[in-house]
Order: sequence, then structure tokens, then C-alpha cells
Amino acid sequence: MDFASNFAMVLPEEILAFGAILLMLVSAWGGPRSTRAVSITSVLVLVGAGLALLGPASSGGVAFGGLYRADGFAAFAKVLIFVAAAVAIIMAPDFFQRTAGDDLRPEYPVLILLSTAGMGMMVSASDLLTLYVGLELQSLAAYVLASFMRRDTRSAEAGLKYFVLGALASGILLYGISLVYGFTGTTLFGDIAQAYAGPRSMGLLFGLVFVFAGIAFKMSAVPFHMWTPDVYEGAPTPVTAFFASAPKVAAMALAVRVAVVAMGPALGEWRQIVIFAALASIVLGAVAAIGQTNIKRLLAYSSINNVGFALIGLAAGTREGVSGVLTYMTIYIAMTLGSFLVVLQMRDADGEPVEEVASLAGLSRTRPGLALALAIFMFSLAGIPPLFGFWAKFAVFDAAVAAGLFPLAAIGIAASVIGAYYYLRVVKIMYFDDPAPAFAPMTNPVEGGLIALTAAFVSPLGYFAIPALGAWTMAAARALF
Amino acid sequence: MSGFPILSIMLVIPALGALACLFVPAQTARMIALAATLVDLVLGIVLWANFDIGGAQWQFVEYSPVFGRFAWALGIDGFALMLIMLSVFLMPICIGASWRSVTNRVPEYMAAFLFTEVLMLGTFAAQDLFLFYVFFEAGLIPMFLIIGIWGGVNRIYASYKFFLYTLLGSLLMLVAMLYMAREAGTTSIPALQAFNFDPRVQTWLWLAFFASFAVKMPMWPVHTWLPDAHVQAPTAGSVILAGVLLKLGGYGFLRFSLPMFPEASGQLTWLIFTLSAVAVIYTSLVALVQADMKKLIAYSSVAHMAIVTIGLYAFNRQGIEGAMIMMLSHGLVSGALFLCVGVIYDRLHTREIARYGGLSINMPRYALFFLLFTMASIGLPGTSGFVAEFMSLLGTYQISTWTALLCTTSIILGAAYMLYLYRRVAYGEIKSSDVRAMPDLSSRELWLLAPVAAVVLWMGVYPESFLAPMRKDVTTLLARIDRAAPPSDSRPRGGSVAIASTKVR
Repeated sequence: MDFASNFAMVLPEEILAFGAILLMLVSAWGGPRSTRAVSITSVLVLVGAGLALLGPASSGGVAFGGLYRADGFAAFAKVLIFVAAAVAIIMAPDFFQRTAGDDLRPEYPVLILLSTAGMGMMVSASDLLTLYVGLELQSLAAYVLASFMRRDTRSAEAGLKYFVLGALASGILLYGISLVYGFTGTTLFGDIAQAYAGPRSMGLLFGLVFVFAGIAFKMSAVPFHMWTPDVYEGAPTPVTAFFASAPKVAAMALAVRVAVVAMGPALGEWRQIVIFAALASIVLGAVAAIGQTNIKRLLAYSSINNVGFALIGLAAGTREGVSGVLTYMTIYIAMTLGSFLVVLQMRDADGEPVEEVASLAGLSRTRPGLALALAIFMFSLAGIPPLFGFWAKFAVFDAAVAAGLFPLAAIGIAASVIGAYYYLRVVKIMYFDDPAPAFAPMTNPVEGGLIALTAAFVSPLGYFAIPALGAWTMAAARALF
Repeated sequence: MSGFPILSIMLVIPALGALACLFVPAQTARMIALAATLVDLVLGIVLWANFDIGGAQWQFVEYSPVFGRFAWALGIDGFALMLIMLSVFLMPICIGASWRSVTNRVPEYMAAFLFTEVLMLGTFAAQDLFLFYVFFEAGLIPMFLIIGIWGGVNRIYASYKFFLYTLLGSLLMLVAMLYMAREAGTTSIPALQAFNFDPRVQTWLWLAFFASFAVKMPMWPVHTWLPDAHVQAPTAGSVILAGVLLKLGGYGFLRFSLPMFPEASGQLTWLIFTLSAVAVIYTSLVALVQADMKKLIAYSSVAHMAIVTIGLYAFNRQGIEGAMIMMLSHGLVSGALFLCVGVIYDRLHTREIARYGGLSINMPRYALFFLLFTMASIGLPGTSGFVAEFMSLLGTYQISTWTALLCTTSIILGAAYMLYLYRRVAYGEIKSSDVRAMPDLSSRELWLLAPVAAVVLWMGVYPESFLAPMRKDVTTLLARIDRAAPPSDSRPRGGSVAIASTKVR
């Protein structure tokens, strides 16, 4: 295959990478004054990368001798990632403007672009080394983003914790990759699958366990979730919103591809790991969230809980299961970004952000629209119909039941009642309690529009998207089977 | 009427009303809510008038596969028609009951009620498994808010308990539904009612549905959310809770458990009978010692719902028809009793029985209505309660004499706690000056109670009006479940002493 066609297939990542490098030069030259221009251009770069997916980048072809696969599955995940990244850039200026101390610098959108390029590689990787390089690119940019507020000790702490634990997880993953390579003699997913189809040595199994452990860290599934609440709490809110959305999709898509394509024949082995991680994440994410008083920590545990549900779809190991995972992540992205956009509006009369759940008290009287939106997100995250979050859970549980995993479905679904408790608590505080001091009024109409848009998607109106969503996710899932 | 989507319109009108309520001041919101519910009542009457009794099983059918995996499929049979009528009849009364007593956040309150109406009607009209689930489950959200925002002192605890209890039950049902849709390859309720599931699997599916319906019903021992929810809910919330939401459990048994899993239903009848008999005796005794009026009526609801379940699982016409009449009758009577409690609560702001006394002296009209509904709750002949209890117990007797014996105590114990309540509230001396100062029913309150009283008497004197639309559906249901009917202990078996004695005669 010639260079041009290889080049065409990785076009989205190239747009992102070149865009990031160019914008880096612009920001080095222009300094803080260029922030606004760089942010706007970054969003345009993301749009361009998204448009590039329409071409050969979603053709299903293989580039660079099998290192990279440009199929529908990757394209679907990339759309979600790009959207989440764009929202994370759009919501940033307002946040930094209000926060005393640190200003938004043009590096912020550039780092997001680099991280996004890494994620694009992750979801398209069909070789363990592409996987690793993509993951590291994403992670290194993310470490810096976590500590973006340099004068804030919590932000610095978040960055450091994320880096130390992330480096450990990368080490675990790399160790697993080396084992798999050592026992199969290849890093290509297709060849690895052949090795797993034959008799499996202990080394292959160990490799599988370590690879999954490393990926579980990136998607913050229990028992590799410990970093999540601290990092989410400390990082600036737009960055937290980014962490809770785009990298989760990337890590989940990566896990699906590794599990189904590279280690598909070892379904019985990895399914045990996935089932354990799913149930543990659901239960721990729900139980630990009950005691949280900080809204960002609460949403961190909520994200752990949601990863558990998405993993139920993966545990099914079928086409429906993969389609369910993608459906889940699509709806999850909307709920998460919406929730964080509401969190962004939480600031006191001086404009300083507040993060206490208690400060939401009586929001339904001081800011009825905002309260309604957050209530929609909370009920939806709890999976209560007629909100669209129900459909996300429906899709993954349907796949699990179809695959005969009844105990998993029953336990998982029963545990979601625990999760409902803390989502209800947020609604209770907003609607039942006496009003706390009102938040400062919303200044950015774009954020208001995005909240309305995500709330509308999550509301019963979303049900009309089911046929289209079902067709797209099934087409994406078919690319893997 | 064919082709005219009357059911969808009945759903859309309150939904639009609810949205409109959110953007207008209090008085306008009240007007909108009343208008929307009245329009739905009129449409309900049109529905009943156009219902072809003895015609096709499913009428007013609408089908539109807009959601892909499941469809917007609506349609009603006689059972659904009657429960829809109950809902649309009680709704304007609920709005009227909240006219003066709710002054706090009225637009949201009215919107919540209208959304509840949409979801209830949708539950009864849904012909698709998952559409049913969406409506069924979504009803939790407005009720959670109604109890939690406008409820009494301990409202937050009650709202959580209500929500989480019912959610856990429903979710197990969802897993069963997912399996059924896979197994049968359809989500259409009429098709699933004709599908024969493997009897071994049926037991599991039945238990999963039971987990949901038993909580909604509510059956002993998962009834404990009900007294809390009732006591804390505002008056109209209690009316809707008792009047319609409790019927979802019975409707579920009738629509899903019996026709879809007949074998399992037959095998597990003992479970229903045992729990129901315990419920009748236990909750009636608990009701006797309550100091709070609403709690007393709530416990009596649990006892009455147990009569519904034994009737449903009697596997014969009298039992099932009796159970349906019981649901309608209980919806009207307990709803009206909660309204009666609401009337005096609005005046004195306490539900403690001991605070009242001698109300028949200064509130004679109120005492008359209260007496009528008390008698209907006990099951006095001439009221709907009698028809309901008599038919249910008659049906049960044919299949289990012991259950019938134990559950008939419901009438005696019911008389005990209701008459005891009435004596303490309406008779005796007026205890305090503030009770003496209470005015009799206002014309608004009279207009709320009088229609309910009229229907209670109508159903008591001429139940045929309500039985006729359901008759053919009962026949269809019996034809489906007859093969699984459990053995009867009231009919003599060959070789027994009873047979010998009949021969002599």
C-alpha cells in the first residue's frame, strides 16, 4: 500500500497532530493574547478531524502494515471523543476567567488536541505498540491538563497523583504487552488472536491479565479506580469534564477492541475479569458516592459506576454487547458533559466556583431551569425511564441477557438501585431543601445552549434517536466481528 | 372511531398541559390543570361510549415503530378501559382537592400531577412490553417529587422509601422482560400473551414480575412503604396513590403474570394465598390501633389489595371479576376517604384521630359522606365494596376454602377498624373549641365528594355496567389459564366421604 493511501486513513489524527503543533507555535509566538484565537481554531481543527472521518478514515482499511485500522468502530468512538474534546475547550474560558489566580493559557486547547490525537490512535490501534504509544500520548497530555491551575495546590496534587499512578498503570500494561509478545512472538492483534485460539500457556494468561489491568486503570474500573476521585476533584472543572468523557470512551473502545479482536478466542478468560470489574465498579461506585459532599467527587464515583455498566456490555462478548457499549458511551457522554456544564454554573456571588453538593440546596427555586436540567441528568444517570439513560442500561443488559449472563444482569441491575440513592439525593437537595444563597447568573449563552442541548438529548426526546443510534452502533460493532 | 388516535391524544393533552403549567402563574396553572383533566375525562367517556362490548379484544389500537427496538403501540381491552376510566375520573377531583390546600409552588405541583396522569394512562394503554415498562417506571419520578416537595414533616424519608422500594422490584422485572423479548422474538403484549414459555422458565419469570407487582400492590411483607408514603403525601397525592397507582400491581398480575405464565401462576397460587391471608389479618389488626387517620386507611388498603390478589388467583370468573371490581371500588372508596381526611386536615392541620370527635354535630353533611364511604369500605350491601368482596371471596371459596375462610375476616375486621374510626371522629362529644369552630363542607368539597359517592352507589346497585366491558376479556383469560388451574379443595373428589353422602341423598 502506498504512502498516500496510508496517509489518507490516518487523516483525522494527522489533522489533530499538525493542528496542535501549529497552534503550539502560534501560542508560543502570541502568548496569552492568542488564547481566544487558539481555542476557536482548536475547535475548528476538531471539526475538521471529524469531517475527515467521512473519507477513507472510516473505510475499514488497514494502514501501515496492520498497525492501524480505520474502521467504523474507530470512527464511531472518534466522533464521541471529538465532540467531548470540543465541549471541553468551549467550556474552559468562562471557568478560568472567573477563577482567581490562574488564567487560561493557549496551551490548554493545544494539550487537549494532542490528547485527542492520542485517543484517536488508541481506538484505531490494531497493534500493541500503536496502542501503547497512543495511550501514552493521551496520558502525558492529560497529566499536564490535570495540574493546569499552577497556583492551586489541589490541582498540582491531582496532576502528581495522576502521573504517578498513571505511570504505574502504564508499566503494568507494558509488562503485559511484553508477556504477550514474548509468548506469541507478535504484537499484531490478528496474530495474537491466533495464538490465543491454540493451547494457552500460563504466560499468555498472565499477559492478558496485565493488559486488562492496565486498561482498567485508564477507564478507572474497580479495583484500579483509586486515583479518580482525587484527580477529578483537584483538576479544573473543564478538565474534569474532559477526563470523565473522552478518555473513558477511548479506553472503553480500546478494551473492546483488545478483548474482541486480539483476545477473542480467550473469551472465557477475560470475561471473568470483565464481570468482576463491572460488578465491583457498579457496587463500589454507588456505595462510595453516598458519602460524598463534593459534587465533583460525587460525579467521579458516578463515572466509576457507569464504567461498570458499560463493561456489562463487553462481558457479553457479542456484537450486541459491543453495540450496547457504544450506545452506553454515547448517552453517557451527553449526561456527563451536561452534568459538568451545570457544575460549571455553580459559583457564588463573587464568581468563585463552589463545589459543595449542599450549595445546590433549593436550586429549583433560585434557578429553576438549571435545577430541571441537573434533575434530568441525575434521573437519567440513575437509569430511570422515560429519560434516555434508561436506554443506555437497557442496551447493555439486553446484550448480557441475550448472552445468557442472567446472574450478572440481575446483580448489576439490582445494584443500580444503590446508585439511584445518591442521584436522588442531589434531586432532593435541589427540590426539597430550603434555598441556599443563589448562584451568580449565567454569563455565557453558549454554555446555556449546550446544557439545553444535552438535556434535550437525554430527555424522552432522545428515544426518537434509538433507530439511528441502533443502526450506527450495530454497523460499528460489525467492524469487529 | 377507527383511525382516530384517541389514546395518544389522551396522553398528549395532559403532557402539553404540564409543560404549559411550568411557565404560568399559580392560578392559571390551576385552571390549565383542571381543564386538561376535564378534557381527558370527556375523552374517557367518549372512549367508553365507543368501546365495542363483546367486540375485538383490543380496541383503539395504534401502532408506530418509531423507537426501533420497541414500538409506540397502544390499545385497550375491557380491563384497561375500566382502569383508564378510574384514572380520568379521579384526576379532576385531585386537582380540585389541591385547589386551596396547595399554595406552595403551584405550577410545579400541577405539572407533576398532569405528568402522573400521562404515565398512568400510558401504563394502562401500552401494548408493547417496553413501552409499558417505561410508563410504569417513570411514574416514580412525579410521585417522588409530589411526596418530597409537598408532603408532611417526614416527607423525605417517605419519598426515598417509596422510590427505592418500587425501583428494586421493577428492575428485576426488566431482566425478565429482556429475556422474554429474546425468547419470544416480539415485544407485543398481545403476542406474548399467546406465547407459551417453558414451564420451568415461567417460574423464574413469574417471580421476577412478582417482585415488581407485589411491591406496587403492595402485598405483605413489602407493604411498609405505603403507610409512610400515604401519611406524608398531600391529600391529592394520597388519592392518586391509593386510587390508581396501587392498581398497577393488580393490573400487572392480570396483564402479565396470569396470561403469560399460566403454569407458574397455578403452581405458585399458594404463595399468593398465604401472603394475602396474612396481609388481611395482620394489616387489619394493625389498622385497629392506628392513631393517625391516613395510616389507618393506608393499612386498610393493604388488606383490600389482598382481596384483589386472592380473587385474581382464583382462576375463575367470579374471582377475577370480583378482583377488578375491588380495584375500581377501592380506588373510589379509599380515594374518597383520603379526601374526607383532607377536608378536616385542611381545617385543623392534624390527622390525629384523638383530636377530633362529634363532627356529626357541627359538620352533618361531612359526616354523611364520611359514613357512606366508611360503609363502602366495610362492604355494606348497596355499595361497591360489597359487590367486590362478595365476588372475590366467592371465587376464592371454589378453589381454597381455607383462604376464603381466613380472608373473610377482612369484612369483620374491616367493620371493626372503620366503625371504630367513625365513632371516634364523628360521634361523641366535641372535645375542643377549635373543632367546634370547623365549618361544614364548602360547595367545592361537596362537588368533589358527591360524584364519587354517586359512582360508589352505582357500582353497588348495578355493577353490570362495569362488568359488561370486561366479560369477554375474562372469558379469553380463563380460556388461556384454565389448563393450569390448581386443584380445588371445595369440590368433592371420587371416593371421599362427601361423595358417599351425596349419593345417599
